[in-house]
Amino acid sequence: MLAGAGSGHLGGSLGLADIFTTLYFSVLNHDPVQPSWSGRDRVVLSIGHVAPVLYATLAHAGYFPLNELKTLRKLGSRLQGHPGRDHGLPGIELSAGSLGQGLSVAVGMAIAAKMDRKNHRIYSIHGDGELQEGSVWEAAMSASHYKLDNFVAIVDRNGLQIDGKTEDVMKLEPLAEKWRSFGWQVLNCDGNDIDQLLDVFAKAQISQNAPSVIIAKTLMGKGIRSIEGDYHWHGKVPTTEQALEFLEQLR
Amino acid sequence: MNPYKNRGDKPTKTGFAEGLLEAGLRNPQVVCLGADITTSVGCNLFAETLPHRFISLGIAEQNCVGVAAGLALEGKTPVFSTYGVFAALRTTDQIRISVCYNNLHVVIGGAHAGVSVGPDGATHQALEDIAVMRVLPGMTVLSPCDAMQTRVATLAAIEQCNGPVYIRFGREAMPDFTSDIMDFTIGKSQILRAGNDLTIIATGHMVWEALQAAEILETSGIGARVINMHTIKPIDRDAIILAAGETGAIVTAEEHQIIGGLGSAVAEVVVQHHPVPMAFAGMQDHFGESGEPRQLMEKYGMTARAIVEAGLTVIKFKMQIAKCN
Repeated sequence: MLAGAGSGHLGGSLGLADIFTTLYFSVLNHDPVQPSWSGRDRVVLSIGHVAPVLYATLAHAGYFPLNELKTLRKLGSRLQGHPGRDHGLPGIELSAGSLGQGLSVAVGMAIAAKMDRKNHRIYSIHGDGELQEGSVWEAAMSASHYKLDNFVAIVDRNGLQIDGKTEDVMKLEPLAEKWRSFGWQVLNCDGNDIDQLLDVFAKAQISQNAPSVIIAKTLMGKGIRSIEGDYHWHGKVPTTEQALEFLEQLR
Repeated sequence: MNPYKNRGDKPTKTGFAEGLLEAGLRNPQVVCLGADITTSVGCNLFAETLPHRFISLGIAEQNCVGVAAGLALEGKTPVFSTYGVFAALRTTDQIRISVCYNNLHVVIGGAHAGVSVGPDGATHQALEDIAVMRVLPGMTVLSPCDAMQTRVATLAAIEQCNGPVYIRFGREAMPDFTSDIMDFTIGKSQILRAGNDLTIIATGHMVWEALQAAEILETSGIGARVINMHTIKPIDRDAIILAAGETGAIVTAEEHQIIGGLGSAVAEVVVQHHPVPMAFAGMQDHFGESGEPRQLMEKYGMTARAIVEAGLTVIKFKMQIAKCN
């Protein structure tokens, strides 16, 4: 996909593949045939730059044909560089890409569900670097204020951002304590271990009176030994030869 | 003679509060988001009457806009009001992406518009909000002229629009003179006074000043048409082109920076379709300061007298051009 597009973000998408697979194939209540079914669980992707992993998951789940993945980032494609609802791709809840906004939107969706006494859940997906945006913490404060136990935020804790390690660029630790002090139930797990992910999602679902955050430790570039944990691959694309070699490793 | 009578001074903010409550009573999907300053931004009536649909989010405007987007995605009609300086400027990125790019029906109220906020000074006087809001794709920008019209415009913003709307209003009690039976259609300006020598296109508080200016000009034998441009976007192109053609000179008047505001929006139409001399009454690329509302409007050229001076300038240009031809 990315080699064909010639630009995009490989590392983060690979690191999140296990989380997306677990969500869309085990956790979510959704119907790819009726993408706007009102009882569906909502997924808000706050980090629009990992759109490739969302698109690949949606296609495999049956939202649209797999061969459309090749149109990523091309003129006229429904697969925008960062998700855009106006282009009509089924399964996209929010056009997003400016970091720090998704948590607020998800809070709004969760408040609406509470007001209407609906039982669906809201899941939002965030990068760890994204948590440096101040508006994230405004939203975090409001989610616990309104006791949004129908809301689960997932933080992709790969420890890396474009300029390097998150702890060098702008320290996030102690991250779990930050969320806890904002009134959230904190669940830690290995975000590349599906059994652990299933376990924390189950725990999040029985939370009462508090929103849950899953801090999922992932490996950027997971599955391709030569790029795993290398922040240079945050926003880099492989050449065609590299892509073939990488795909071989993933198989 | 000015055919419009002031029923008594009233803040446009009050009209917003009344319209918001009315819309809330009519439609259970209308919700209101508060960023602490509930009473001073016109959310108090709604919050007191419909507390279960008032969502207090504290002093966190960026979050308010995002939460509003989430509520709109779920079929609610969220109204978020705060001082215009924060509503339009602190949250511009959230409005651009979460609201406008998602094309969501979120109504944003911009209170404390203009220098007439007075003693609070420059930090709280919204003078750039029209420029920033009107540049966003899909955004409707409303700037009603008095309390009565602000009530009607608020109802229209909540009940008749499908996409994002920004509506600005002021704090100071100002003449309340329009009638609720006057037709109010978003995007359709109102000719409040006929005239063929020049046109004054005004918005917000400056519409009353424009009517006063037209009276003064009449004493010099100059017939000024007065247009109330209550919708900055989509701008009423037809009315502007007609005014340019029939009167040959235009003055714009706004309680806003002349860069990017009403004057710019009118000029964009004029230069493309019917170039005529123009002059702009408004803030001339300055910050405001503390003072009484009237003192500030006078100091910074946002009064009937300033409009008259601008009118005489464009008439002179118009005559020079006529001579050249």
